[in-house]
Amino acid sequence: MPPHTFALSPAQLERFGEELDAIRAQVVADLGQEDVDYINRVIAVQRGLEVAGRGLLFFGFLAPAWVGGTAALSFSKILDNMEIGHNVMHGQYDWTGDKRLSGKEFEWDTACPADQWRHSHNYMHHTYTNIVGKDRDIGYGVLRMSEDEPWRPYYLGNLAWAALLALFFQYGVALHDLESERIVAGEVAIRERRGMLGQIWGKVKAQLLKDYILFPVLSGPSFPFVLAGNVAANLTRNLWAFTIIFCGHFPDGTEQFTEQETQDETRGEWYYRQLLGSANLTGGPLFHILAGNLSFQIEHHLFPDLPAHRYAQIARQVQEITERYGLAYNTGPLHRQFGSVVRKIARLSLPATRGPATPEQAALAPRSAGRAAA
Amino acid sequence: MARRVLHSRVVGALTYPHGIDRYVEIVSPLLLERDVTARITAVRCQTPRSVTITLRPNENLRGIRAGQFVAVGVQVNGVLLTRPYSPAGSERRAASELELTVSTHPDGRLSRHLREHARAGGTVRLSQAQGEFVMPDRRPERVLLISGGSGITPVMAMLRTLCEEGHRGPVGFLNYARSADLALYGPELDRLAQANPALRVRRGYTRGPSALSGRFCREHLDAVCGAGWEGETFVCGPPSLVGAVTAVLAEGCLPPPVVETFTSPPRAPAVDPQGATGKIRFARSDRAAPNSGLVLLEQAEDAGLQPDHGCRMGICNTCSSRKVSGTVRNLLTGECSSSPDQDIRLCVSVPVGDVVLDL
Repeated sequence: MPPHTFALSPAQLERFGEELDAIRAQVVADLGQEDVDYINRVIAVQRGLEVAGRGLLFFGFLAPAWVGGTAALSFSKILDNMEIGHNVMHGQYDWTGDKRLSGKEFEWDTACPADQWRHSHNYMHHTYTNIVGKDRDIGYGVLRMSEDEPWRPYYLGNLAWAALLALFFQYGVALHDLESERIVAGEVAIRERRGMLGQIWGKVKAQLLKDYILFPVLSGPSFPFVLAGNVAANLTRNLWAFTIIFCGHFPDGTEQFTEQETQDETRGEWYYRQLLGSANLTGGPLFHILAGNLSFQIEHHLFPDLPAHRYAQIARQVQEITERYGLAYNTGPLHRQFGSVVRKIARLSLPATRGPATPEQAALAPRSAGRAAA
Repeated sequence: MARRVLHSRVVGALTYPHGIDRYVEIVSPLLLERDVTARITAVRCQTPRSVTITLRPNENLRGIRAGQFVAVGVQVNGVLLTRPYSPAGSERRAASELELTVSTHPDGRLSRHLREHARAGGTVRLSQAQGEFVMPDRRPERVLLISGGSGITPVMAMLRTLCEEGHRGPVGFLNYARSADLALYGPELDRLAQANPALRVRRGYTRGPSALSGRFCREHLDAVCGAGWEGETFVCGPPSLVGAVTAVLAEGCLPPPVVETFTSPPRAPAVDPQGATGKIRFARSDRAAPNSGLVLLEQAEDAGLQPDHGCRMGICNTCSSRKVSGTVRNLLTGECSSSPDQDIRLCVSVPVGDVVLDL
C-alpha cells in the first residue's frame, strides 16, 4: 500500500480547487450537439435492446431465443439504470433544455422512485460523500462498511447481508431514502414515512405488473420462459449495479471522513474529499458504458453534473493534477477493486482488533494531522 | 385505431415508466401521443433577412386561429431553443399546413439557425397555439390590418383567412418595412389585391422611397381606408407603431385597435447596474450573488444554476419559479410583486433589492 495521503495547506487546497474548476469550465464550454447525439444514441440502443429482448423471450421455449432475449433485456436494464437513468437524473443533460433529458423529470426502469433517488443520491450521497453517519451509501443502513461504526453481533452476517443486498439490489435502493434502519431503531415513526412508502409501493407494483404479470401473460404458452427471463434480467442488473457501485467508495485506499472534520468545508476541501473518497475502475469503452461511466467514480464525484461520457476525456488531466499535489488517484481493474471490497466486508463483520492499524487507519492519520495543522 | 391501441392503458403499463412515446420517437417523432411536432415540407427565402418554412404538424395540434402564435423548438448545437412565432397561413389550413416566416437577427440564434440549416424533411417541436390576438368568430365587416417588420405574419394569417372565407367587406392592409427588398409577402399581396377589389394594400418603407412617407399617421390611415372609415383594426409590430396607431385612432374617435406588441428579449440590464442593489439568494441550491440588475433568469444562470426556461420573453411560463421573499419588477407589465411566495417569470423579472428564490 503506497503512502497516498498528504496534507495540503489551505492555499494549496484553494489552488487545487481552482485547477479542478478550470477543467469543469473547459468541458462546459465544449458541450454541444455531440453530447446530445451520444445520449440519444444510447437511449435508442437501450430501447432497441429492450424491444428485441422482450420479443425474443416470446420464443423463450427455444433455448437460443431465451438466452439472447434475457441477455438483451439485461443489457437494456443496465443501460437504462446506469448510463441513462443515473446520469440524466444528475441533471447532466439539463443544459439541453430538452424535457426528455430533464434531471428533475426522468424516471427509470427500476423499483426506486426517481424523486426519492434524487434526494438520497444526488443530494445526500453526493453532498456528504463518505462522511460516516451522514452518507447512507456507507453500508446502506444494513452493512458495516466503516471502522468508525461500532460493531454489533448483527454484523457477523456482514457477508451474508451483502449477498442479499446484491441479489435484491433494486429493492435495497428503493428503500434507501426511507432510512428503514432508523425506523427499526425507533428514531423515526413509520407513519412519518407513509407518503414515501406509498410512492415506493406504487413504483414497485408497476414494475412487478410489467415484468412478472403482463409480459408473461401476453406471451401465452411462453409464460414460464418470459417470467424466468425477466427475473434473470432483473437479477443480472442487480448484481452488476451492486458490483460497480460498491467499487465506487469501498476499495482499499478510499477514505472516510467524520462530520467534525468536514464542517465549514471550502470548495477545495470538498474536491479533496470527493477525490480521496472515490475509486475508479479500469476497462475498455464498452465496460465504461455498461458501468454508466461510474468506473470514473472520481471524475463523477468531482463533477457529478457533467455528461458522464466526458469523464474519460478529463481523467488524464485529473490524474495529473492529483499526482502534482501528491494525492492518491485510486484506480484498478474490477477484480482487484471488488476483491478488496469483499475482503473489507468480511473484515468488518468482526469487531476491530487492537494492534496494527488497518490500511484505512494508517491512511487517515497524516490527513487528520495535516488538517489539524491547517 | 393504431393510435388508440398504442396509447391504451395496457401499452402504458407495458412501457412503464417511460411511456410509449419514448419508444415511438426512436422510429418517428411525428407519431408521439402528446407532443406536437411538425415535419418541414418546404423552405424558401423571401428576403435576405428572413426564411419562410412550411410545416406539416402531427395530429396533436389542436388547431390555430389566425393571429395566434406557437412556441417553436429546435435543437441548436445540442440545446433546445424555443421561440414564439405566429404562423402566417390561413387558419383553415392550419391542421395540415403551417407557414412560418422567421426574420433573422444578427444575435438571434434560433432565427439564424433556421435560415442557415432548415431543410425539408427536418422536424421541429411545437406548442399548442396561444395568444389572444385573433379576429372574433363573427368577422367584422370592415377590417384594417397594420403591421411593422416581422409583425406581418399574424395579420397575413388574418388576411389569408378572410380571403379564403370569401370575406366581402373592405379590408385595408398596411405594412411597414425598412425597404422594398426587406418587405415580406410583396408579390402575394399584390396578387391578392388584384383578385379582390375590396382589398386595399399600402406599404411604407421607413428607410427608402415609398408612397407613404415617414411613420404611421392620419394620412396613412386615410390612404389605406379612405376618409370616414370606421371598422376593426388589428395591429402587430414594435411598440412605437402600436402606440402611433392607438393614438391616431383615439384622436379620430375610432374604436381602439386589437394589438400584439413585439418586443426584443430583455437582455440588456433593465436597471442601471450601478443602481442595482441587494443580494439574490437561491435557497434550494444554497447560493447567493449580488444583484447585477439583469433579469433573474440570467442572474441565476450567471450563478451556475440551470432553471427551466423557454421563450425568454415572458410568454411560455416555463421559467416560472417561486419567489420566497423580496420585490421584483416585471419588465413587460411594469408591475412590482412584493408578496412572499409568489410564482414569477424569471426571464422578465428584475429584482428590486434583496430577493430570495426557491431555486
